[in-house]
Amino acid sequence: MDTMFAETPLVRVKRRRESLARGVFFCMSVAMILPLVAIVTYLVVKAWPTLSWNFLVDIPREGMREGGIWPALVGTIYLVFISLAVAAPLGILAAIYLSEYARDNWFNRIINLAVINLAGVPSIVHALFGLGAFVYAAKFGYSIISASLTLAIMTLPVIIASTREALASVPQSFREACWNVGATRWQTIRSIVLPNSVSGILTGVILQVSRAAGETAPIMFTGAVFYKAVERGTLLPYYLDEQCMALSMHLYTISTQVPGVEESLPYATAVVLLGAVLLVNASAIALRVVLRSRKKW
Amino acid sequence: MRLKLNPMGIRRLALAGRVALGLAVLGSAGCKPKSGAGGETVIQNKGSDTMVNLAQSWAEAYRKVEPGVGVEVSGGGSGVGIAALIKGTIDLANASRDMKEQEIEQARQSTGREPIEFVVGYDALAIFVHKDNPIEAITFDQLADIFAEDGKITKWSQLGIHLPGRRHDEIVRVSRQSSSGTYEFLRERVLLQKDFKLGSRDMNGSKEVVELVAHAPSAIGYSGMGYETPQVKMLKVTARDGKPGCTPTVQTVLSRDYPIARTLNLYTLGEPQGALKDYIDWIMSDAGQAIVELTGYVPLPAQARTHPPARREAVPELVSAPPESR
Amino acid sequence: MDTQPIPERAPVVRPRRSPWAVRGEWLLELIIRFCGISAVLFVLAIFFFVFREAFPVLGREGFSLTQFLFSSEWYPTSATHVRYGTWALTVGSFSVTALAMIIAVPFGLGAAIFVSEFCGPRLREVLKIVIELLAAIPSVVWGFIGLTVMSKLIVDLTGAPVGVNLLNGGLILALMSVPIIVSIGEDALKAVPDSYREAGLALGATRWQLVYRVLLPAAKNGLLAAVLLGVGRAVGETMAVLMATGHAVHIPLGVLDSVRTLTANIAAELGEAPAGSDHYRVLFLTGVLLFSITFVVNLTADLVIRGIRRK
Repeated sequence: MDTMFAETPLVRVKRRRESLARGVFFCMSVAMILPLVAIVTYLVVKAWPTLSWNFLVDIPREGMREGGIWPALVGTIYLVFISLAVAAPLGILAAIYLSEYARDNWFNRIINLAVINLAGVPSIVHALFGLGAFVYAAKFGYSIISASLTLAIMTLPVIIASTREALASVPQSFREACWNVGATRWQTIRSIVLPNSVSGILTGVILQVSRAAGETAPIMFTGAVFYKAVERGTLLPYYLDEQCMALSMHLYTISTQVPGVEESLPYATAVVLLGAVLLVNASAIALRVVLRSRKKW
Repeated sequence: MRLKLNPMGIRRLALAGRVALGLAVLGSAGCKPKSGAGGETVIQNKGSDTMVNLAQSWAEAYRKVEPGVGVEVSGGGSGVGIAALIKGTIDLANASRDMKEQEIEQARQSTGREPIEFVVGYDALAIFVHKDNPIEAITFDQLADIFAEDGKITKWSQLGIHLPGRRHDEIVRVSRQSSSGTYEFLRERVLLQKDFKLGSRDMNGSKEVVELVAHAPSAIGYSGMGYETPQVKMLKVTARDGKPGCTPTVQTVLSRDYPIARTLNLYTLGEPQGALKDYIDWIMSDAGQAIVELTGYVPLPAQARTHPPARREAVPELVSAPPESR
Repeated sequence: MDTQPIPERAPVVRPRRSPWAVRGEWLLELIIRFCGISAVLFVLAIFFFVFREAFPVLGREGFSLTQFLFSSEWYPTSATHVRYGTWALTVGSFSVTALAMIIAVPFGLGAAIFVSEFCGPRLREVLKIVIELLAAIPSVVWGFIGLTVMSKLIVDLTGAPVGVNLLNGGLILALMSVPIIVSIGEDALKAVPDSYREAGLALGATRWQLVYRVLLPAAKNGLLAAVLLGVGRAVGETMAVLMATGHAVHIPLGVLDSVRTLTANIAAELGEAPAGSDHYRVLFLTGVLLFSITFVVNLTADLVIRGIRRK
């Protein structure tokens, strides 16, 4: 018995290779976790002296060397929500078309290709587009509107992709059942498909928010300013045809252009931006996990 | 100047959007637009990157003087500020160079108004090296040899300098991106319009230049004198006229002993009116000039403050609230 | 079957929908169809508007397309002799991307293999979440890390004269493109039918042999697509390379040289090029070039993926 299953040299080599491969691949995976942990820890440690509630609600002071980030924070919120208001309906409806209406023909393959390419267009090209189309051609000028529209188009593929995924996860049999009782295509979508995929769609929307909040290049040339004087803690400091400050842009300017900044200030700005983005993403992930555990099919 | 009388309906749309956003973000309770919504005056200010920090500090301080006025400050460069002024899309352009004759003509044609210049201070281009670098002084010719396209100097040893404890002898040239006023100014004054050698590290902001030099013992760079930090050293600069070299300070700039200094200008379209006039008057007052010095630039001499450049003589009474008044 | 007449039935009285509901639904479907097409419109619009701003410079005297593509002399604001050559920038873009891929591809594919083949379901969930969070870090934060943390590390460890260089940019871009390689690569491995795995295991293969001999050949197109998408991401990245590569117009001779990329060049100079000037238009032309590069890369990736699906 024993000799039958004893390790031959070949098996031993095989096994050694196996564990070597496993070890190497494991290390490679860990090599991805380490940077995330290291970066977040380092930034938080460096930012610690500045991080406070006051930092969030105060305006930049002393030539942006001290004070807080309130105008940038609010500016980012403006940009994110306006771009969301444009991108969400457009993206969700586009995804509904692609997943519920489109047949597999050359035309829809082109649409698919367009979506993929839209996702792959470099952010700086989106900036050029925003400048050419919204600032100059549509005459919106350098403004929150131009910047948000640019962001909206840039983040559209994010919403389309995750909405499609959510819609595709609704079993085909649900739709067929609904059609069989005489419902039209839209009635089926409204009463069966959408209710069953709403959390998935929401996840996509949340991801769009995180993406839009972090982008710098597209807003730099379309509507973000170096500085705008506002009051500390004002809730609605901007008009839509004005320019605004934004967190990502603010991080860029204080780390490259403003001399004599208190050392922890850019770190704190980076932590707020990173924290906001990761928090939003984490909530999308949490939503997805909850959703998956509740799914009955 | 865009007061609240914006010709397009976009303002109203904006207000609606703002309220709608407010509702969406905060819920209807507790949300009210800022008192006197639409009553705020916005001054759009754009231009030189050298001046952007100064402009920002003015905007910040002026907010305390005149809370009803919001100043939007963007950088971009002198050329961009002037281009925007020519198009009439901004109220106030910052420029660390003079407007060219051709640009003034374009502005006249495109807007029908005359660009008006205000000199609001001076800046000197300092030559920075790492603080451990033993070099103390440099001449225009040496700078041209280091930075210009056909320049021969690529190593510190060619200047007779031996960097302590480092194996780097190669000079790391730190420059600015090709459209900045600072870059053009150095090219005009020192390189005599010859092009820069390619391969320099072209930083996007004046601060980045100084930061890079601070961390690179073999680097040399140029930037406004306001950007000096303890980790870098400013060199004495000798021009071709043979005057003894000196480092940039308020005195050497005002006495014109320091050879690479320039004026900092503001441009408006036509004689400024209303809030814009008040803002410029305040900038030229002691309060505004104190900020120039605080930011690291050279303020106007005292006699120039009450009588700003020639054109302003027609309006002698410059009433401006001192910053502490509110 | 279809041609058979439908059998006669007694007329059924059905509740009719109001004509408004019918019309509303028709309108809604029209809107949905329009939104579906919008993606195509946007891609065309992007190309159109970017090209429209660039176009006038093409016929301009003193501008030659060959010089634009193949000269490495970039003097957009020269007082004596303006030259627009983007060769050094293209080389810069590709060298940073290549370095990033040399680092990211082994790690990315290794992690994809580990996640898909070697680890348990719980660890897999955790790893996938980490990857997703890594992908979410904004590029300006990466740039900031490159500028402040990495540059000092690189100077201390390698003794390079300047910390913002090709190596810095390459490392940052590698970290940024690893998540996309992992997630697409994992999808590709998952797409290999389980029967392949079962057959391999039944023959007594270890996991590693299975991966090496069966899965990698079977999934090679998908993995190639993963790498291509990583390349697309790296070529198009702007803020991180703007802040971390040192921004020198210069064909790099080693990893410690500073370079400038196409994207960073636009970001640095667009703000200062007066609208309508030749310089401004050439920057838009660079945008067209970038758009074309990423378009080709993405198209290839898509064709490769489609090739797998058809199989």
